[in-house]
Amino acid sequence: MSGPMNRLAPAVVLMIDRLVWSLPVLWLVATMTFVLMHLAPGGPFDKDKTLPPEITANIEAKYHLDEPVARQYARYLGQLVRGDLGPSYKYADRDVGEIIAEAFPVSIQLGAAAFALTVLLGVGGGMLAAWRPGSWIDRGALLSATLGFSLPSFVVGVLLILVLAHQAHWFPPALWEGPRYIVLPALTLALGPAAYVARLTRASLIDVAAQEYVRVGRAKGLPPGVIWLSYLLKAGLPPVVTILGPMLAVLVTGSFVVEYLFSIPGMGRFFITAVTNRDYPLIMGVTLVYAVVIVAANLIVDLLYGWLDPRMRVGSERGR
Amino acid sequence: MGTGGKHHRLALISGVVLGVIGLAAAAAPWLAPYPFDAQDPGRLLQSPGVDHWLGTDRLGRDLLSRLIYGARVSMTLGVSSAVIATLLGIAYGLASGYLGGRTDNLLMRLLDVIYALPDLLLIILLTIVLGRGLTGMIAALSLVSWVTVARLVRGEVLRLKSADYLDAARALGAGHLRIVLVHLLPMMLGPLLVTLSFRIPAAILAESTLSFVGIGLAPPTPSWGGMANDGWAALRFYPHVIIVPSVAIAVTILTFNILGDYLNDRLNPRRASIAGRESSA
Repeated sequence: MSGPMNRLAPAVVLMIDRLVWSLPVLWLVATMTFVLMHLAPGGPFDKDKTLPPEITANIEAKYHLDEPVARQYARYLGQLVRGDLGPSYKYADRDVGEIIAEAFPVSIQLGAAAFALTVLLGVGGGMLAAWRPGSWIDRGALLSATLGFSLPSFVVGVLLILVLAHQAHWFPPALWEGPRYIVLPALTLALGPAAYVARLTRASLIDVAAQEYVRVGRAKGLPPGVIWLSYLLKAGLPPVVTILGPMLAVLVTGSFVVEYLFSIPGMGRFFITAVTNRDYPLIMGVTLVYAVVIVAANLIVDLLYGWLDPRMRVGSERGR
Repeated sequence: MGTGGKHHRLALISGVVLGVIGLAAAAAPWLAPYPFDAQDPGRLLQSPGVDHWLGTDRLGRDLLSRLIYGARVSMTLGVSSAVIATLLGIAYGLASGYLGGRTDNLLMRLLDVIYALPDLLLIILLTIVLGRGLTGMIAALSLVSWVTVARLVRGEVLRLKSADYLDAARALGAGHLRIVLVHLLPMMLGPLLVTLSFRIPAAILAESTLSFVGIGLAPPTPSWGGMANDGWAALRFYPHVIIVPSVAIAVTILTFNILGDYLNDRLNPRRASIAGRESSA
């Protein structure tokens, strides 16, 4: 390739590529949910008792359900471009946008708290395990990681509620009314991902520790602190960082079980209610917001990774 | 790894546990002391005892019987969706990797779209369309988890494609079909088996999670997640109703994962065992 693109750092090129690519991804997600929701049998207005035809016609006219599908699709996309997610079927006088605007910050707070815990427990645990591979600390860490990885989050949540809320009364068992209410749900949400991050960190660090140059460093008699900081962590953590982006997305979008367990008014709980009620506009809206979160999280990680990995920073010799 | 013996023993125990669960699932109608949906209005929410070894739920249904029938549901669902997903993934991954070039690029970008959504979310969207019966759930699970397999297979094909022995085979006049079936597929049996063994617990986890929040398998089907949902309301005073299915779910998923890790260590010595997931394309 010639021209100005050549002089840009590969990270920037990658970034532009990703940004351009994220639009069709979002469009495809929007289209896919639209198609799925139109294929779905039954709707929110199917009741056991049949309504008089005039009322049905009125309802359909109000939500434009009487128009041809192509027209509905065009209307839907047009609204999306303007940031309008349409009216909710269930909550008659509220827009999907309003509901999400209210619930999203809650899910973000929960996700952010869980993310901090994931990094702390995951990277910390992985480092502890990699300190002496094969030792009892390592084996204990590995076992608890497999455990944390295998326990469904609702089982973890139920355990935490039973022990720390009902028995010990340390934390409230439900609701969302202040900092104390965030601990148990964040912990529930974080344990699985933390286990995964711990295993990845351990594997990556052990991998680096086996490299020739690290052994040379050790043989030269460098203090362990130097080995860890400027050898092991510097080379071993970037692969962990790549997984943190998807992890953040998993935490923000995967919170619906936790929100259900702890009665937290976040997006996930609205999503479950929407699915039960067949509130299609709300389902589509939440899905789209999730897709945006994930695409954004991956973009941020690419950026971070470009900054962490010197190979991505140097000029153009690697190109695309 | 230095802990080979320990791993071996753990994997053996897991295999035995899974064998027992599998047997219970297969022999459910003969093993279960009661039908899974028989209600006993006189004995609601009983603690474990002589008549009902694991107690009863809020409708007076025998928890042990429901647990055994639930094993049947979980195993059927886990194994069949994992097998279907693996087959779908093999086909797609082979096509993408083998054809290469623009086709490969397009096929992989399509996968990116599916990757842009969390698995559970996609499964939920699909069950809205496919229904919440056992077949609908299996279809939804398969349609989501094949993506991982497809990526793996494509990667393997790309890795092997330029190998000398393939050139030799081509020079000797082997056709595309023969190359794929005889020279490519057998080379990736190890990684495929490992992925398959991780897909099963993933499917069981997904189903039980959805059933727990009430949007998984529809009620008449005895599902562990559904049982946990039943017990959730009674958590405070009758915790056994939720503990029984939770232990079953945890043990099943844990033993599958241990077995998968073991297979991974054995069959993919190059790849460190990070739960069989591929972090990059």
